[in-house]
Amino acid sequence: MFDAYTSQVLTFIGINSILALSLYITALAGQLSVGHAAFMGIGAYTSALLMAKLGWPFFLTTACGAVAGGFFGFCIGLPTLRLKDLYLAIATLAFNIIWVVMVMNIEAFGGALGIFNVPKVTNNWIVYLSLGVLLLSFYRLQDSRMGRAFRAIEEDEDAARAMGVNAVYYKVYAFTLGAFLAAYAGALYAHFVTFISPHDFEVDRSIEILLFVVLGGGQTFIGPVVGAVLLTLAPEVLRFLAEYRLLVYGLMFVVIMLIRHEGLIEEDTISWKRWSRWLRREGDASPP
Amino acid sequence: MRPLLEVRQVSKVFGGLKALDQVSLGVAEGEIFGLIGPNGAGKTTLFNLISRALPVSSGSVFFGGEDISRLPDYRICQMGIARTYQNIRLFGKMTVVENVMLGQHSRTRAGLGSILLRLPRERAENASARKTAEHWLDFFHLSGKRGDKASSLAYGEERRLEMARALASEPSLLLLDEPSAGMNPQEVRELNELILKIRDRGKTILVIEHNMKVIMDICDRIAVLDFGQKIAEGPPAAVRTDFRVIEAYLGKEA
Amino acid sequence: MLAQQLVNGLTLGSTYALVALGFTLVFGILGMINFAHGEIFMLGAYMALLLVTVGKLGIFWALIGGMVGAAILGMLIERVSFRPLRKVSILAPLISTIGLSIFLRSLAQIVFGAESTRFPVNIKTEFYQVGPFQISLLQIIILAISFGLMSVFQVFIQKTKVGKAMRATSESLYTAGLLGIPVDRIILLSFAVASALGGVAGVLVGLNFNAISPLMGKMVGLKGLTIIILGGMGNITGAMVGGLFLGFVEVLSVGYLTSSYRDAVAFALMFLVLLIRPTGLFGRVAK
Repeated sequence: MFDAYTSQVLTFIGINSILALSLYITALAGQLSVGHAAFMGIGAYTSALLMAKLGWPFFLTTACGAVAGGFFGFCIGLPTLRLKDLYLAIATLAFNIIWVVMVMNIEAFGGALGIFNVPKVTNNWIVYLSLGVLLLSFYRLQDSRMGRAFRAIEEDEDAARAMGVNAVYYKVYAFTLGAFLAAYAGALYAHFVTFISPHDFEVDRSIEILLFVVLGGGQTFIGPVVGAVLLTLAPEVLRFLAEYRLLVYGLMFVVIMLIRHEGLIEEDTISWKRWSRWLRREGDASPP
Repeated sequence: MRPLLEVRQVSKVFGGLKALDQVSLGVAEGEIFGLIGPNGAGKTTLFNLISRALPVSSGSVFFGGEDISRLPDYRICQMGIARTYQNIRLFGKMTVVENVMLGQHSRTRAGLGSILLRLPRERAENASARKTAEHWLDFFHLSGKRGDKASSLAYGEERRLEMARALASEPSLLLLDEPSAGMNPQEVRELNELILKIRDRGKTILVIEHNMKVIMDICDRIAVLDFGQKIAEGPPAAVRTDFRVIEAYLGKEA
Repeated sequence: MLAQQLVNGLTLGSTYALVALGFTLVFGILGMINFAHGEIFMLGAYMALLLVTVGKLGIFWALIGGMVGAAILGMLIERVSFRPLRKVSILAPLISTIGLSIFLRSLAQIVFGAESTRFPVNIKTEFYQVGPFQISLLQIIILAISFGLMSVFQVFIQKTKVGKAMRATSESLYTAGLLGIPVDRIILLSFAVASALGGVAGVLVGLNFNAISPLMGKMVGLKGLTIIILGGMGNITGAMVGGLFLGFVEVLSVGYLTSSYRDAVAFALMFLVLLIRPTGLFGRVAK
């Protein structure tokens, strides 16, 4: 259907979208993680190793990878409950760095060189089907008690608790889910690029995922996906800039923060009401 | 008749400061009980202890005969105690109706599975929560604003929304912290009517107030706190003339 | 051997302390982290390099140049990333400085090449024996400058009017404003001082290892973060003690553990401290 190059870009867009959503779910409950790449790596390594050493089928290794990620997410999420904002971000950053160093030193995991010849199983059907299910799930989550609980915790945890929300439970839940999804994306990634090493999952990657959400907008679940799409395409589009690519990339964030710090997609941007009002030129309507 | 809420010899110490000192009181079912006292007397602290936002330093709180002083905070709402805040703590980014539906959280149970699969139980539960929310929005005349962001509300509307949210949790005891703050006399009269109507629905109400119109007109009994101690208790008319209360508010004679 | 390591640790630690001071100054006043601080450190080193190679100036002027250049850079960053964004959200300045750090790093790579460069220093490689400790002239110079600057800084922050204004602002921005302190200017000045310290540290590290690279800021930036967590966010003594401590720990762990674990040690410590005492060993609660 598509040529090899386009198909590959589409796959990365899909995987990055899942990663963006994995960060979004933890952010939804008010937790900022700058270490999601580590969970991605856990999923990637688990799936690759299970297939290589035990010969298990794709769907099983991927599932195990995701569960492994979720497990570590739980292990990290629970003790870090008390940490707020910046402190939690730094703690997750530390976890990311420690994880990378540990994996680099374990020979059984391929050490610093990584794992080669991971069977290529991931294709766009799998990726986009997963993404579709995820998007549908987020849509369902919006008008649900769990979704409201997450958002209440993010806004005012104490008031949420006073209204009967078990904040501890939901925060750990959100963190675990985020890690689970990131690990799932990691497994898909491993079986697509066929070669993984600890360097694929360093803090740079975590920051990249964070930027998906920041650029696209963290107010809706569409935002992170838009961010992922744009930032995955950006290096391709900016290819002509050669070594100036990163300059533009970095500068872009400075500029975006100055112009539209909430990100591209706000709630208004995807609300029917706002668009139809503007199109019909009602009142003092402005484009969302 | 055992009181619905019993505060027994409760003390709260912050570092060196004794915010509450052996305070005891009982609120009977169906009562409207007022809590007054100068600023800093410990009234909001007492609310925080009842709602378990803070732990007691000593003493205990009984609700419906059960000791709730060591329960995790989120269980208090489940037990039937809901509160509002002095400085209004709404979820501004959520819509009006979502805020009130959040109140139903402890009365619903659906987990992630049934939410994602849209199981009938979850759909029914969600619909029922919405119905309850709509009911209370109507009671507080906020129905027209249901889709608006809570942060876009006017001050008086915000107060009513907070109460609607609290009532959506189907409490037996409602803790109101200075609900009349910032209101003009007409609004205060309307507030009094609302509170009486809420009591008629079978709720018990414990209200912190500075506004004497609220205290005198609707409270069955009141207690007075000063420097963390209860210095008087009884029907409003009697307490009002108690010299200790007058002293507390006006300061002792030189 | 151990004695030597201690000296090495002290030297390295003193430079870390300078970097940490920079972080903690900004955090103390704004409650935010300047993610580009590591790049200021790196660019300070490069500016000094330029002064030495192109400007043919001596080490002394190179240090001054590095300091001043870094201070200017820091003030620019404050204007671009913090002034317009700090009231808007906590996250926005963070993201902006992350973008800046990427920008500055690649700028350095384009201009100076991605390889590391030697830092031509004409200091005699003399060693002195002080009891069981062997210390080189270079190390003495580095220690003198670092501790000298830290002392000057302490005096500045404790005794001078401006220093006190800075402390007042870091206690409460709002109250400081009410008291008539020109808060915006104090913040700008804090960035200048913080960056100057970072820049000097860059030069000193370059001298210490006789190599600088465009990527040297990245790890140091992250480590600076760990130091202030360990020592307490916003706490000046904590930053200095933490920096020295990290220097020792790193040097010793390279000597006695495999070097690849070296980086992990700092972060593992930090993670633990965060779990046990989220405000750091000496810290107070951040705003």
